[in-house]
Amino acid sequence: MSDLSPTSSPVIVATDLSCGYGGKAIIEKLNFEVKSAEIFFVIGGSGCGKSTLLRHLIGLHSPITGDIKICGESFATADANRRRDLLKNFGVLYQGSALWSSLTLKENITLPLEEYTDLSRRDRDQLARLKLAQVGLTGYHDYYPSEISGGMKKRAGLARALALDPGIVFFDEPSAGLDPITSRELDELILQIRDTLGTTCVIVSHELASIFDIGDRLILLDKEARTIIAEGPPRELIASNPDRRVQAFLKRRDRPA
Amino acid sequence: MSRSLAASPPTADLRVEAGDIHVNLTGRWRITAPSPKWHKTIKGQSAGRVIIHAENLAAWDSSLVLFVSEASNWCRAAGVYCDQKSLPAAVRDLVTQLEDKTQHPVPTGRTPDFLTLVGIATTDCWDKAKQYSNFVGECVLSSIYLTRHPLKFRWRDSLAEMQRCGAMALPITGLIALLVGVILAYSGAIILRPFGGDIWVADLVGVTMTREMGAMMTAIVVAGRTGASFAAEIGNMRANEEIDALETLGIRPVNFLVIPRIVALGVMMPLLTLYANALGIFGGMMIAWCLLDIPPPAYWVEMLTIVDTSDLMTGIIKATIFGAIIGLSGCLRGLQAERSASGVGQATTSAVVTAILLIIVFDALFAVVFNILGW
Repeated sequence: MSDLSPTSSPVIVATDLSCGYGGKAIIEKLNFEVKSAEIFFVIGGSGCGKSTLLRHLIGLHSPITGDIKICGESFATADANRRRDLLKNFGVLYQGSALWSSLTLKENITLPLEEYTDLSRRDRDQLARLKLAQVGLTGYHDYYPSEISGGMKKRAGLARALALDPGIVFFDEPSAGLDPITSRELDELILQIRDTLGTTCVIVSHELASIFDIGDRLILLDKEARTIIAEGPPRELIASNPDRRVQAFLKRRDRPA
Repeated sequence: MSRSLAASPPTADLRVEAGDIHVNLTGRWRITAPSPKWHKTIKGQSAGRVIIHAENLAAWDSSLVLFVSEASNWCRAAGVYCDQKSLPAAVRDLVTQLEDKTQHPVPTGRTPDFLTLVGIATTDCWDKAKQYSNFVGECVLSSIYLTRHPLKFRWRDSLAEMQRCGAMALPITGLIALLVGVILAYSGAIILRPFGGDIWVADLVGVTMTREMGAMMTAIVVAGRTGASFAAEIGNMRANEEIDALETLGIRPVNFLVIPRIVALGVMMPLLTLYANALGIFGGMMIAWCLLDIPPPAYWVEMLTIVDTSDLMTGIIKATIFGAIIGLSGCLRGLQAERSASGVGQATTSAVVTAILLIIVFDALFAVVFNILGW
């Protein structure tokens, strides 16, 4: 949803958050905020807990301690009905797109619309085509996920994530498995959606190119410290954060030929 | 968003001034909440122009785009000018995109034409038959290779499969065989009793179980249980590129995955069939004892007068072949599975259907061949 009088209050607030599985914390003492219409990156090396944090942010797991507030409301402590309402406020683009393989792209997008709106079939179909057009998949509404390429699946997954015009979209490794050009196109798409619809984007990634191209702010998680070791705009961090780990992560380059 | 849903609901207020319709849009438009519909807003009105005012709009999403698109279509049909200047530029862009009539579907390559579908199905059947025979040939060649190089055979995998498809299938196979024996004895008793031939129930159950039902029922249970499991397991491996990894390492998937499973089934099926025969005969014996007052020793002696080794052997030969059919069908369909969740599901279904179809066909062939041979 595009807010024409946006408030400055953050849309996501994590307070003293500890995340993990089976009572065992993988990351702890996380405190951060995500502002409205911001492109916010969660970065870090493999195994630092990026995806664990994402799974907790989208409510697939409950925090071990601490709290996550989405638009001022605690997701973890909300009852089932309230959670269902809150779920309408965010979309998720999964790493493997997670499109339902037995449904066409149009049906993948209309399913959340059927579930949460009272739109007529015609309107749902029209919106599905619009969403597909928005992500550059005009005319592919009757295709099944198995009939399109990996980059197209990501776009279709994004169209599904945008089906309910959520205020926040979470991206899990959107560039994974994509070539640099397709990855760059996806970044442009994310930027365009943020600019057009005012959507807040939370992106879990370790793609430096994307982070510097489209990221407004980031948090850097560290496997050893098991918490956030840096927070801020990417260019500011690289210019002014003296932490060796931050510099090592943000200044890494491909090996010269 | 949630905090705003109750705050200011969306409205579309209509007023007529100097023959023009002014539509004032206010509030927060949200697709998941009720919002005004154009056809209800405009009901019964006609105008020189429609002017949309969005100065008091708090927030918008696709619901507003749908509303404006409907308004725009109505104006076009009525030949009326629609002023959308006060709408946010992004809304106007999305409305234009939504109304883009030049959007043509990209051809999918799928065709709904009936005759074409029949043709495709026919060639598909022929292709499947060819693939099956090719696969059988490949398995034979692999078997010859592994017989010459026994150390290359995956003994450990094969033993694990034997446990899974043999020992772990004992309860379900036993239960089904016992019930088949009971059903045969009951049905036989109904026919034979009026003729005073109660004792022949033993012959009926004995011959039917050893020659036909033991092998057949075991094969059907194993096809549903183990054949489906083979197809799902190998189909998942295909989806996860594990099969590709084997091929790129120069390891033939047939040697690695298929032959150990077929050998496991080829060994376990005759044993399961013998076990099923025993339980089926036991079930018949219980019914004869309880219902027909035939004591178990008498039943046993009568059965041995007609059931001999050739009956047992025909059952065992059938069971071995049925085992190979189940293994081949399960593994082939798994290897052919598409790389998706639905592909694995289709492979599993196809494996069971193929196996059961071939079991019935081969059972009929065996009946003819054994009759000619006088077994």
